[in-house]
Amino acid sequence: MPETIGARGEAEPSPRIEYELQLYYWMKLIRAFEERVSRLHRQNKILGGVYSGAGQEAIVTGICAPLKDGDFVAPLHRDMGVFIMRGVEPSRLMAQLMGKETGLSRGKDSFLHGGDMEHFVFGSTSMLGSSLPVAVGAALKFKMKRDPNIAVAFFGEGASSRGDVHEAMNFAGVHKLPVLFVCENNRYAYSTPLEKQMAIEDVADRAEAYGFKGHVCSGNDLLAVLEVTERVVDKVRAGEGPALIECKTYRYRGHSEHDAALYRDKEELIEWESRDPIPRFEFYLEKKGHDIKRIREQIDEKTNQVVQQAVDYAEQSPLPDPKEALEDLYASPAASVTPSSNSNSNHGAR
Amino acid sequence: MEQTYIKAINIALHEEMRRDENVFIMGEDVADLGGAFKATEGLLAAFGEERVIDTPISEALIVGAGIGAAVLGMRPVVEMQFADFISCAFDQIVNMAATLRYRHGGKAACPLVVRAPSGAGVHGALFHSQNPEAWFTRVPGLKVVAPATVYDAKGLLKSAIRDGNPVVYFEHKRLYRSIKEDLPEGDFTVPIGVAEIRKEGGDLSLITYGGTLGPSLDAARIVEKEDGLAVEVLDLRTLLPLDREAVLATARKTGKVLIVHEDRLTGGIGGEIAALISEHAFEDLDGPVRRVAALDTHVAFSPPLEQTILPDTNRILEAIRGLAAY
Repeated sequence: MPETIGARGEAEPSPRIEYELQLYYWMKLIRAFEERVSRLHRQNKILGGVYSGAGQEAIVTGICAPLKDGDFVAPLHRDMGVFIMRGVEPSRLMAQLMGKETGLSRGKDSFLHGGDMEHFVFGSTSMLGSSLPVAVGAALKFKMKRDPNIAVAFFGEGASSRGDVHEAMNFAGVHKLPVLFVCENNRYAYSTPLEKQMAIEDVADRAEAYGFKGHVCSGNDLLAVLEVTERVVDKVRAGEGPALIECKTYRYRGHSEHDAALYRDKEELIEWESRDPIPRFEFYLEKKGHDIKRIREQIDEKTNQVVQQAVDYAEQSPLPDPKEALEDLYASPAASVTPSSNSNSNHGAR
Repeated sequence: MEQTYIKAINIALHEEMRRDENVFIMGEDVADLGGAFKATEGLLAAFGEERVIDTPISEALIVGAGIGAAVLGMRPVVEMQFADFISCAFDQIVNMAATLRYRHGGKAACPLVVRAPSGAGVHGALFHSQNPEAWFTRVPGLKVVAPATVYDAKGLLKSAIRDGNPVVYFEHKRLYRSIKEDLPEGDFTVPIGVAEIRKEGGDLSLITYGGTLGPSLDAARIVEKEDGLAVEVLDLRTLLPLDREAVLATARKTGKVLIVHEDRLTGGIGGEIAALISEHAFEDLDGPVRRVAALDTHVAFSPPLEQTILPDTNRILEAIRGLAAY
């Protein structure tokens, strides 16, 4: 977890105040990281696809903050913030994006396909929505083993059209599994707008068809995401079955950094930028009596430092050795496998 | 005690579930019904519904959920009711499971078994007769096995369950109740990646697996008797990783190789084996590497069509004699 910051100078901050300042720090760190990544991509220091989650930070922050150690999280391809929130070192994340040996996948895959199972963050594939059956399987394990954990699966409204998503939700509903489905509805599947993707208004409506509740919240309002998550996660953890939270949001940048997103109306982008989750939360903190200018300065300094350290670490890290192309394909045979003796060699012959 | 191939699978599942409480079963109709072919019969009664799970008709979910449980240390054995349906789970196997360890930098494992009842000769027609193994044998990160005997059906399934990687286990439906063997009781495994010589010989090598081992051995015995030809029959048992040493050793020994499989000719693993031999054992060859396989069409329903399409003992005999005379 990143060190708590922002409360310095407050007279004995209450746990709630510290928590809120921590949330603010996380959103700021994720934004700073995202912006630096976009810049590094323009500078050709990050190759391959970069899928910015800028504008969607309140969702990953609000969903992940109430989670516990050991909860299984399957982020979608834009959820840089999930990795940061779950405790993955920003430096390793940056090394992953630069294809370095020290990255999560040791240079095997780009961007967010490298997972970190030490933190129970599962790496997605590019087949969007295909992580949902996997998260459901993790939840099945938790239920079978009476573990106190839950699985969380993020997906976009774009992926919600895929069969994997329906198969996963249906099975989770049948078995009342401890899984939270989180739809980040950012209104575009690459270039395809919402109205060409579905005939209904809310993805959350689908939950009812699978026998559990769907909730809708503003994905640009951290407090709204947090409020519904805290309420819902407790129920999921208590064994009341799955839940779906749909967070309405907007993707600031194109589908990837290669995409200028000219298919969108400029006015629409401006409208959504005016609903940015970070100033919105700053306004809240200010209303609560914080010196937001001072806190912002402190936090900007800290996040810049963390991001710079990550960049330095990644840039100094070695590229993988070419021979590693053939490594990490197979786990070595489990020790429990009993070696077969040659004496059985003709048992099979007819 | 004499057992059938399907019973060997059933026994392996019982024993492995008893041995390791992290082994569980998931698939369509596997619990109450005991599976469409009864491979999972008795498991529900023995281990309860938490470990023997009937699923909706959702192949992607079945494999995907298996993957999710496997990365957390479980050892799921999931069933495709027919191997033909594995296409519905293709993405989960090929993109999700096979790349999992690679994209996690070697820091995750997926000990999953996908059982796939495959093969023709049971009047199954287009969608209950397929041999889709070649879709998977070129996918790094997977293992693919195809037992041809009762002993291997048990031993390879146990190895697959204990392996730390995703294994696709092709079991041949025609063998389920058509072959019986004296099956030793208790625990034994058959190693993945090791082929087995079923009949020694010096005149010609016949390389096969799964459903065509039986007809191949029949043909080998006929030519031995009628033509005095000593055919060496190599049963691959594992298709990925291929036992290259065993393939090259028999090719070098006899100098003539016939590859037989029930999968269709074009793109079947026979082509890969032929290439392997021509690359590494060319100097030892006394003739062309030849193949007998299903015709390049779908497995049709009506008996005269199905019989024309599938390889049988007569086609193998003809090919052996042709190659021996070369």
